[in-house]
Amino acid sequence: MPTYTAPLDNFRFVLNDVLQVGDVFARLGLTEATPDLLDAVIEEAGKFCENEIQPLNLSGDTDGCTFENGVVRTPKGFKEAYDKFREGGWIGLTADPAYGGQGLPHTVSSVLDEMVSAANTSFGMYPGLSGGAYRAISQHGSQEQKDLYLPQLTDGIWSGTMCLTEPQCGTDLGLIRTKAVPDGDGTYKVTGTKIFISAGEHDLTENIIHLVLARLPEAPAGIRGISLFIVPKFLPRAENGATVAGPRNAIACGSIEHKMGIRASSTCVMNLDDATGWLIGEPNKGMRAMFTMMNAARLGVAIQGLGLAEVAYQNALAYAKDRIQGRALTGAQALDKAADPIIVHPDVRKNLLTVKSFVEGARALGLWVSLQLDIEEHATDPKEREAANDLLALMTPILKSYFTDAGFEATNTSMQVWGGHGYIHENGVEQFVRDARITQIYEGANGVQALDLVGRKLPANMGRSLRRFFHPVAHFLEENQTDAELGEFVSPLAKAFGKLQQATGFIAQKGLVNPNEAAAASSSYLRMFALVAIGFMWARMAKVAKARAAESGVRAAFYDSKVKTARFFMTKILPETEQHFRAIMAGAKPLMDFGVEEF
Amino acid sequence: MRVLVPVKRVIDYNVKIRVKPDGSGVDMANVKMSMNPFDEIAIEEAVRLKEKGQITEVIAVSVGPAQAQETIRTALAIGADRGILVTQEGAEPLAVAKLLKALVEKEGAELVILGKQAIDDDSNQTGQMLAALLGWGQATFASKVELGDGKITVTREVDGGLETDELKLPAIVTTDLRLNEPRYASLPNIMKAKKKQLDTVSAADLGVDATPRLKTLKVVEPPKRGAGVKVASVQELVDKLKNEAKVI
Ligand SMILES: Cc1cc2nc3c(=O)[nH]c(=O)nc-3n(C[C@H](O)[C@H](O)[C@H](O)COP(=O)(O)OP(=O)(O)OC[C@H]3O[C@@H](n4cnc5c(N)ncnc54)[C@H](O)[C@@H]3O)c2cc1C
Ligand SMILES: Cc1cc2nc3c(=O)[nH]c(=O)nc-3n(C[C@H](O)[C@H](O)[C@H](O)COP(=O)(O)OP(=O)(O)OC[C@H]3O[C@@H](n4cnc5c(N)ncnc54)[C@H](O)[C@@H]3O)c2cc1C
Repeated sequence: MPTYTAPLDNFRFVLNDVLQVGDVFARLGLTEATPDLLDAVIEEAGKFCENEIQPLNLSGDTDGCTFENGVVRTPKGFKEAYDKFREGGWIGLTADPAYGGQGLPHTVSSVLDEMVSAANTSFGMYPGLSGGAYRAISQHGSQEQKDLYLPQLTDGIWSGTMCLTEPQCGTDLGLIRTKAVPDGDGTYKVTGTKIFISAGEHDLTENIIHLVLARLPEAPAGIRGISLFIVPKFLPRAENGATVAGPRNAIACGSIEHKMGIRASSTCVMNLDDATGWLIGEPNKGMRAMFTMMNAARLGVAIQGLGLAEVAYQNALAYAKDRIQGRALTGAQALDKAADPIIVHPDVRKNLLTVKSFVEGARALGLWVSLQLDIEEHATDPKEREAANDLLALMTPILKSYFTDAGFEATNTSMQVWGGHGYIHENGVEQFVRDARITQIYEGANGVQALDLVGRKLPANMGRSLRRFFHPVAHFLEENQTDAELGEFVSPLAKAFGKLQQATGFIAQKGLVNPNEAAAASSSYLRMFALVAIGFMWARMAKVAKARAAESGVRAAFYDSKVKTARFFMTKILPETEQHFRAIMAGAKPLMDFGVEEF
Repeated sequence: MRVLVPVKRVIDYNVKIRVKPDGSGVDMANVKMSMNPFDEIAIEEAVRLKEKGQITEVIAVSVGPAQAQETIRTALAIGADRGILVTQEGAEPLAVAKLLKALVEKEGAELVILGKQAIDDDSNQTGQMLAALLGWGQATFASKVELGDGKITVTREVDGGLETDELKLPAIVTTDLRLNEPRYASLPNIMKAKKKQLDTVSAADLGVDATPRLKTLKVVEPPKRGAGVKVASVQELVDKLKNEAKVI
């Protein structure tokens, strides 16, 4: 059975040494979020993930959810673990204290999300979806709606869903058919079929609050005619001054999907048959409401990819130290054994380090971007808020897409280290591969993220968003260009960054003439961008690690390993940008040349 | 009624202990430290008594370096009301017992719940010494505790079974593994713990001489277990147990 240990030292390194979040939070007026408090929070959450939800991961996958007479049951142990998680107050980590939350920074929530995803991705779906519903209602709901739903969603006694997808509409939400008709009393009657709804029905909570995209009568066609509705499974009712789940609403689960991965997360067909709903936000502005919460949701999916890569790595590393097979080419090392542990073999090392350098680099990048959520929310200077928002908007599709593509590859590479034993279900490592696969598809398929990057984010505000990333990199390179000690990190980064700038210019220019040019380059460009961004984080980490190793001495091995991992990334992974660069510069012709019948 | 619960900061039970090459002690650099697991059980028990309304205040005490404040914060997050750090490193069981006696008297505590032993030095002495110094009754290795009116009933795990004792208060109880299963600290309680009172005193403030009296000569790793052998018959096994291992 796989195991998981929360990588506390690595979180501390990124939060305290690299990003110095304590200073940032103090400046933002988040006075409770001191480093020692965050440390205690992360440690306790880590303990919970290790001991309570990780042990349910493999059995949850084997058993899956069941559906019988409209009732969905989660696998054995999920209800008990969910109750403990809820009672621990973890669901309300970032929620507003006015609704019973703890008001802690989003950055900390990203750390919790990584641990939960690593321990049990399926389990994390349920509170994750509630977080999405919380954000939608808190940003767009009326005061009455907030008072009604936010305390219950913060507590976790009720959960939430996002009902977007329909049989004929996935990526293109303009095709939505579900209808909402005003009922004259301020409510709406909502009718239609939603599919693939995560946590649409289950046995963990007393009520389920569905956020449903639907069309009003006479709404404009396409994406501009979509509105957002709250459709609770049970209509809320006041009882002795408290809100409780009242009569059953006409929204029901028709069936659940049998899936490749996240099998303990229910994926439901939801049938709405004149279900009572309440409009949230303005009529026909449903997509705008969705967009404001998408950054956080997409970041959440990116972190699922990262968490799965981390847990796959931990188990691959343990196996590589334990499994003996073949002798080191330069001479036997474990003389007391019949063979050497496979970690002596260069190819096994390459596999492990490919994953390690991705996970640690991506973690730093992910937390840096998460920090922008806190700055965007709490900075007093509007300029600073704008800058944070720009960077967040730019980096979100990059993280969603790259962390999940590379995260999936990382689980697969880790499985390879296990040889044939990795292919066997009971060993639990093939599950990581299957669980990771969905992250590339939902919350905006990765190819569509790449389109978002080149189509929307690059040109946004005349390239202002782009500069929010380019400027810090240029500044870092300039500041450190004469530091001989850092040359081995700075110069490959400078080279890759130069190519990224060149590719950006090429895409901007060609895309103006022919949008297919930008679209054809988009996924290569996104990968190149992500590699430069992770390279930037590795250069920063190498700098900090070198300084810390010199000053403390005690943790020298930890910091040395960081410097060596940075070196591996710069020499073995970052050069992938060259290949992407060439593919981009080859333009759209090699793929658009084909007639459909020529494929 | 006030209850005092001592909590010790020790190397985490998951950490593989390494002896320093010079044999002067255990390598403590950069290892994860946590609350002694038996003390966690003690805190949990005290907090449960408070939740039942049987006691009024739980005070967590640690004798150790400044970092032991983290251990006290953990106790506060589980539900202790306030904490006291006695800044004294390397105190031996007798010194700890003397320091605790001073605090019991200062705070007017009527019950002290300790772990039966700490997993670092495995002394299993502090509770017993404290009982002797205070002249109070003691019930060690508790697997069940019931607080009555002016008395406490404790079920103890002894060789060959369970023993139930009734003690007059004030009293000393030390916990065994099966007494309870400590809870996870909840997020709101971790946040609240930060705002709870945590005082610091020194051994001198309490009028206790905590100078070590024991001298450590050498620390070595336990001998590695040798490989097992296969025996051909039951007869041979009995023979080996009798004559080689001398256990039967
Ligand atoms: C396990 C699971 C859980 C889910 N949970 C939810 C949920 O909770 N709520 C919810 O509403 N939905 C959910 N979904 C649905 C999910 O978000 C959609 O599957 C996803 O949006 C893709 O839509 P689709 O499947 O219709 O694919 P399509 O939109 O048909 O796309 C097929 C392929 O074409 C590509 N493509 C499509 N349009 C373009 C374009 N314009 N340019 C370039 N490429 C394009 C896509 O990248 C993709 O590779 C879930 C799905 C699964 C499998
Ligand atoms: C579904 C299935 C069907 C199978 N069918 C058969 C069958 O019909 N008959 C049969 O005999 N076997 C069969 N096998 C076994 C299969 O051939 C082995 O699993 C495979 O040879 C790998 O061996 P291993 O699993 O012991 O991995 P290991 O040899 O332990 O390898 C683990 C990892 O270490 C790496 N590694 C090992 N040694 C070195 C080295 N010297 N240098 C660099 N890297 C190294 C490997 O590349 C791998 O990534 C089957 C396995 C499965 C899962």
